[in-house]
Amino acid sequence: MDALSSFIGLSYIVAASLFIIGLKSMSSPATARRGNLIGAIGMFIAIVVTLLDRQIVSFSWIIIGIIIGSIIGALSARLVKMTAMPEMVGIFNGFGGGASALVAIAEFVSLTSKAALPMDTAITTIIGVIIGGITFSGSMLAFMKLKGMVSGSPITFPLQKVVSALVFLGAVVLGVIITGWKPDPLLFYIIVGLSLIYGVLFVIPIGGADMPVVISLLNSFSGLAACAAGFVVKNNVLIIAGSLVGSAGLILTQIMCKAMNRSLTNVLFSAFGTGDMAAGSTSTTGDKTVKSVDAEEAAMIMGYAQSVIIVPGYGMAAAQAQHAVRELSELLQSRGVEVKFAIHPVAGRMPGHMNVLLAEANVPYTLLHDMDDINPEFPHTDVALVIGANDVVNPVARHDQGSPIYGMPILDVDKAHHVIIIKRSLNPGFAGIDNELFYDPKTMMFFGSAKDKVQELVAEIKKL
Amino acid sequence: MPEYLLVGLTIFVLSMFAGFEVITKVPPTLHTPLMSGANAISGIAIIGALLVTGRNGMHLEVILGLIAVVFATINVVGGFMVTDRMLNMFKKKASKN
Repeated sequence: MDALSSFIGLSYIVAASLFIIGLKSMSSPATARRGNLIGAIGMFIAIVVTLLDRQIVSFSWIIIGIIIGSIIGALSARLVKMTAMPEMVGIFNGFGGGASALVAIAEFVSLTSKAALPMDTAITTIIGVIIGGITFSGSMLAFMKLKGMVSGSPITFPLQKVVSALVFLGAVVLGVIITGWKPDPLLFYIIVGLSLIYGVLFVIPIGGADMPVVISLLNSFSGLAACAAGFVVKNNVLIIAGSLVGSAGLILTQIMCKAMNRSLTNVLFSAFGTGDMAAGSTSTTGDKTVKSVDAEEAAMIMGYAQSVIIVPGYGMAAAQAQHAVRELSELLQSRGVEVKFAIHPVAGRMPGHMNVLLAEANVPYTLLHDMDDINPEFPHTDVALVIGANDVVNPVARHDQGSPIYGMPILDVDKAHHVIIIKRSLNPGFAGIDNELFYDPKTMMFFGSAKDKVQELVAEIKKL
Repeated sequence: MPEYLLVGLTIFVLSMFAGFEVITKVPPTLHTPLMSGANAISGIAIIGALLVTGRNGMHLEVILGLIAVVFATINVVGGFMVTDRMLNMFKKKASKN
């Protein structure tokens, strides 16, 4: 190995180490920002030394590509609203997967044009293109679902699972044929197509509130795709960085599934939230009454309370109510009310969605509490204010064995002395089941859009 | 089995374990930044994209490589920047308290 190759190789080791240190630092709020910077430095080193590689003889297209990509990347990072972070992460997963798939395709084109395709290269290339293709189209669809360009509810059709399985199997069988017998580019392109179709079939039956799981999983896939691309171009730093991302995504996927008390298979294949599975638990609600409240009364209850726990959900994000919520919490605090926020792990559309929104609105993160920490506090809290959350506060999950959400850990909102729920209507949440909490005698429904209602509360509390 | 494949698989398995060890116990506050930061790192595919684009192969290779460079760069630049932006928001609050 000559001096240059050794230098490049050693630099890759440095880059890989920086990725590990960077990710490690991401596990504490105090060091996270530095960790992100360390990761960026690792990436910078990896890119610069790669440009020294003698394989690279022409730079013009590379420079053009980097300039275009940097402009798009920088602008979107600057301009994206924090409420749109799930979409942003969703589409970025897709770019990562897409880049890896394209690398594998380009490598296949180059190899088959020169000589016979060695078996090992064929295998890694095909795996790369399958994972990358699924990640790309799956993420694009997840992005469109989150953006509302495609319906967020699960979309199913007859024989869906059979069709999906056949598409996937088709790609694998063609892969075997290419590897063993016939390195025909046409077959290869069919694999590309099948992988893209499979990505769509994979995401389409999964509904909005299960998005945290899907986004985490696609995040993991984008890492594994990079990993596969590493095998294709025989570059270890891709394998290392890719597997790190792969495992990070898997960990988040696991956390999200646990927070819903559902297995990954159940999330992926049950088309949860289509409504038909909820039939059993909606029958008893006909004769129940709901108490509603106006802004003035709600303001009195909260303004004179000693402690208030705010429980935000997707409704807060959808209505962009986070700034109003911050104003409300500061106002209450100025009146001597103790305010805390209870965050369910799957509230919103991606892991940590609520935390980011509240941080954007300048709510100190020390006020935000995880489910396990805050649950013991509800019984001695005066008011629990639920803003646009539903299934994650439904007591049915604790006791109704027939309910589809039975066993899901929930926030024990019903144990607070008073419960005020800001919600547009009594419509069931994503799981398609009625919320028992709405009919609890101590619950008051405050109907309307999260932002308007919180602003009304603020105005009324100021008058007290 | 070719030697590089075996070496690659060894690295793959060990890195997965390293990832699991390093990343467990992330507080929920950091789930989103961790994800977008990891996202930026998966932009490492840019290395492959650079190698494919720069070796002056056929037109098709260069075109595919160029798109891959654009995609991966968006991922890297956008990912690290947006993560920094988010973490900066968390930071501000910590000092205010």
